[in-house]
Amino acid sequence: MSAEAWEPKIVAFCCNWCSYGGADSAGMGRFQQPPSTRIIRVMCSGRIDPLHVFNAFLEGADAVLVTGCHIGDCHYVNGNDKTKIKYKFLESVVRELGIEKERLQLNWISASEGEKFASFIRDVTEQIKKLGPSPLKPEGVS
Amino acid sequence: MKGSVAVVGGGIAGIQAALDLADSGFKTYLIESRPSIGGVMSQLDKTFPTNDCAMCILSPKLVEIGRHPNIELLSYSDVKSISGEAGDFKVKVVKKARYVDEAKCTGCGSCTEKCPSKVLDEYNAGMSKRKSIYIPFAQAIPRVATIDAAHCLYLTKGKCGVCKKVCGPKAVDYEMKDKEIELDVGSVILATGFKPFDPSLLKQYRFDHPDVITSLQFERLLSASGPTQGHVTRQSDGKVPKRIAFIQCVGSRNPRIDRKHCSSVCCMYATKESIIAKEHDPELDITIFHIDIRAFGKNFEEFYNRAQEEYGIRYINSRPPETIVDARNNLSLRYEDFDSGELKTEAFDMVILSIGLDPSDSTRDLAQSSGIALDDFGNIATGIEKPVETSISGVYVCGAAQGPKDIPDTVAQASAAAAKAAALLSKERGTMIKEREFPDEKPLLPEPRIGVFVCHCGINIGSVVNVPDVVEYAKTLPDVAYAREMLYACSSDSQVTIKDAIEKNNLNRVVVASCTPRTHEPLFQNTCREAGLNPYLFELANIREHCSWVHMKEKEKATEKAKGIVQMAVAKSALFQPLYKQKVPLINKALVLGGGVAGMTAALDIADNGYEVTLIEKEKELGGMLKHTTELYDGKKPSDVLDVLTCRVYENNRIRVLNEARLTKVEGYLGNFKGIILSKGEEVPVDFGAAVVATGARNFEPVGLFNYGKDAHVITQAQLERMLGEGISANNTTMIQCVGARNKDREYCGRTCCIDAVKNAVRIKRANSKSSVYVLYRDMRTYGVMERLYEDARELGVIFIKYTRDPEVQYGSVVVHDSMLNEDIEIASDLVVLSTPLVAGENEVINQLFKIPLDKNGFFLEAHPKLRPVDFATDGVFLCGSAQAPKLMSEAISQASAAASRACTILSREFIETEGAVSVVDEARCIGCGTCVAVCPYNAPSLQEVTVTSEEVSYIAKKSRINPAACKGCGSCAAACPVGAITAQHFSSKEIGEAIDAFNKDIGLIEPKTGTVEAVV
Ligand code: FES
Repeated sequence: MSAEAWEPKIVAFCCNWCSYGGADSAGMGRFQQPPSTRIIRVMCSGRIDPLHVFNAFLEGADAVLVTGCHIGDCHYVNGNDKTKIKYKFLESVVRELGIEKERLQLNWISASEGEKFASFIRDVTEQIKKLGPSPLKPEGVS
Repeated sequence: MKGSVAVVGGGIAGIQAALDLADSGFKTYLIESRPSIGGVMSQLDKTFPTNDCAMCILSPKLVEIGRHPNIELLSYSDVKSISGEAGDFKVKVVKKARYVDEAKCTGCGSCTEKCPSKVLDEYNAGMSKRKSIYIPFAQAIPRVATIDAAHCLYLTKGKCGVCKKVCGPKAVDYEMKDKEIELDVGSVILATGFKPFDPSLLKQYRFDHPDVITSLQFERLLSASGPTQGHVTRQSDGKVPKRIAFIQCVGSRNPRIDRKHCSSVCCMYATKESIIAKEHDPELDITIFHIDIRAFGKNFEEFYNRAQEEYGIRYINSRPPETIVDARNNLSLRYEDFDSGELKTEAFDMVILSIGLDPSDSTRDLAQSSGIALDDFGNIATGIEKPVETSISGVYVCGAAQGPKDIPDTVAQASAAAAKAAALLSKERGTMIKEREFPDEKPLLPEPRIGVFVCHCGINIGSVVNVPDVVEYAKTLPDVAYAREMLYACSSDSQVTIKDAIEKNNLNRVVVASCTPRTHEPLFQNTCREAGLNPYLFELANIREHCSWVHMKEKEKATEKAKGIVQMAVAKSALFQPLYKQKVPLINKALVLGGGVAGMTAALDIADNGYEVTLIEKEKELGGMLKHTTELYDGKKPSDVLDVLTCRVYENNRIRVLNEARLTKVEGYLGNFKGIILSKGEEVPVDFGAAVVATGARNFEPVGLFNYGKDAHVITQAQLERMLGEGISANNTTMIQCVGARNKDREYCGRTCCIDAVKNAVRIKRANSKSSVYVLYRDMRTYGVMERLYEDARELGVIFIKYTRDPEVQYGSVVVHDSMLNEDIEIASDLVVLSTPLVAGENEVINQLFKIPLDKNGFFLEAHPKLRPVDFATDGVFLCGSAQAPKLMSEAISQASAAASRACTILSREFIETEGAVSVVDEARCIGCGTCVAVCPYNAPSLQEVTVTSEEVSYIAKKSRINPAACKGCGSCAAACPVGAITAQHFSSKEIGEAIDAFNKDIGLIEPKTGTVEAVV
């Protein structure tokens, strides 16, 4: 498969109230994106367990996106503050594992920011295409 | 007497009033003249002072209205007249022909796409085009198309007819006629909102120039859903502007065009829009021309300061400048700089007119047709102590229809109006509402049998994704027992098809692959429930917003992705277990803390709604701050208001008053609190289902400032108030505003001090016209209709001098620097009056007892500054009056009724229903570390001592238990638990893991199953 045609596989964790809504708004606004991403909806970004992120990598994700409401906008008071803390930890582990930092990204996207969501997916896909498949990808997974 | 209410107007005011009423047992009609509810708020990009996305906070309310069993939404309908009397009104409504059958339309948008006729889009304030058949905006409720009869080619010329041809569900009906209906209701709430001022009335602003636009148009330019996707460009040449000016008070504070009011919101929205614009483009140069900056609300001053300091927005004090267009069509503004007294001209690329709020046409029409009194400003008239009651008993008002106000004040007033209507009809509560009835749930078979329904959504999905292919693929997935395609999965006939399929194929999990769960999950969950399936056995796979709409040019890849999304949903759903909302009984009694006007009003409204109240007051007597007020803004005597209230409280046999009392202990949660009150040395236990905090605030003592405490001639505004009440006259008085406010120590604005000062200045002048009264101010913040008081004062000869440097108080005089004249002025003063703000009372105790947060100034922090102004994040506890932030008496009363209304939505229930998808603890694995207790913002987990027996040894260990009544299901605890003892049901690690796992097996790698799948398409 040529590098051009290779489509990375990206897992995006989205919270129900904001970033998932942002992905919806991207749809409503018809903001085109590469078909690289699979969204996993959770009620709040605070639900995202570092284990889920590692799990996604081990199952072959080329990148994992952690997204939620803007700080202060969390539907559950401060779930995203906790996400921020967990993300710091995740980052350090990922660095330790020698995975490129582009493969794990955090972004706050509100439900109205469709274009932001789409361009985020476009950017990350671009970056990952340059990096190629994740070193953690199990064999047999494309 | 009828147990129903008509709410006129579907903006945020009407929405809030309708939801409160429907939630507390009344059948509610919500009547909106536009095709969708949402009002002006739906057009806003963000809201001040938090810059929250407006649509994100509004849209859930829209959906709630759309699916509330007790709300009947009459959109695109006008109210013609209201007749009858309190308890029995007749409301005449005209349902305008929308030429689309609401029951049939699925909102797919195929008609809009094909419609050839384009007209100016009012949602984008005329800056873009929409089609003649249209859905006004993406989140519109009801989500059905409307034909604009004035522009439709078929309706005007008999040509075209395309929409009818392309409409799959055959909803278009060109023969439709207006229909008049009559509603029988017990009460009416007017929420008819405002109309943005039309600036073409004022020629000096050159609104005819394409680059002179209104603030509402600018709001749309800033919005991602606006005409330019949030890129600010000039209408004239599409270029990005570099210098933008805002002109404030366009259509406000202008007696010449009969707009004597201040519109209350423009200073803040201009500040907000400036900040957003700067965030989009930091290079932008923004200037706001203003008379005063009225940043009087909670956190407004801070917002205003940030705009200057962090964003470099320039504020220039002047009268509204004149717009000049030169020969080359360039714009400049001519203005007199009040700070220097100079006349200046400056060029700008774009000019934004901060337009004011005019009374709406429907307010005027309804007042005329139904005999409802208006005030001098054209708003619906109310009394200062009865801020939501109109001239007709049983008809209430809220929001901008009663006078200009911002969103939180509107929302509070809406709840207040609901409380009054509910109190009036309290005997009829629950008589006209319906509960949805469902068949018993079928027992769940151990083997998952999943049904997959893949939707074409007209052409929305089907034209990109190969739907039959996805169906075939779904059939090969593990546990899938049935799969089929559907044209519109959400149409009413599809619901019948889904139910049949569940029945015939014994399905016990359902996956619909269509659109977003954020709007459609409840619909399908309901369908499942009607077929005897637990609603939590349902999953939506979003292959529209997240697939067909965003991969329109890559059909094959989109189809592959759709398969992947379906696969993830199927894998996850196989693990779903039925979940139940628990019903817990509740105590239908309330506790009100604080016996001031707010507390008494809240207690009375709750009692009038039929519930028992315990009202506690720390002092000997009820009355709070109002006891020390000697005249109200409208000239009324405070004692008249106070005596009536106090009498009513003491005479009401549902209210128990405890004086010299304070709350010392609270435990429990929403619906079931237990507390201890210490009153006159005695401990009184109290049980309650909801509490209202109305503990007020206190006056700031300006010790050490401006010789206060040293010079007996220097007093506070509160002291002057008492003096004037005692009939002591004052001569040669100088008032200094903002003492102890708007500074480093206390950043906020006191909100009421300007109005208090003006009121007392007028009193002095009226008592003795020869006395001289000076008011030294920084910005005069006589917002809303209080502007009139300011005007009265100036007419009576009160002299207002703006200061930027602190004045100096000397013995017998005050020296102030007048920047306009650039010289120091010495004012002979017998009396110097310091206007000081209200400061927070001792709120820490209650803050600890209920675990409700305080803001940085020590006032209580509401759940959401815009849409939940009287709620706390903790359910069952509400807030009103100056305990939240300083406010006027009428505002405190509105808020108190609002808090009562919110409390009644709980007290009126027979039981409390908990969130279904809550987290649960596996006690065997729990190590009692308390992490969950620390992360939960709702106090749902707690550590309990449990006796554990292991290998015949018993010991006591701490184990976490999550109270399902308090858990909101965010899952933070599950993510934080170090030993994985907590399961966030419906979003468990197993379920998420299955989805991730399925993602790996995505397309091609999975081995097709053979033989066993019985699938029918
Ligand atoms: S709900 Fe979006 S981050 Fe918490």
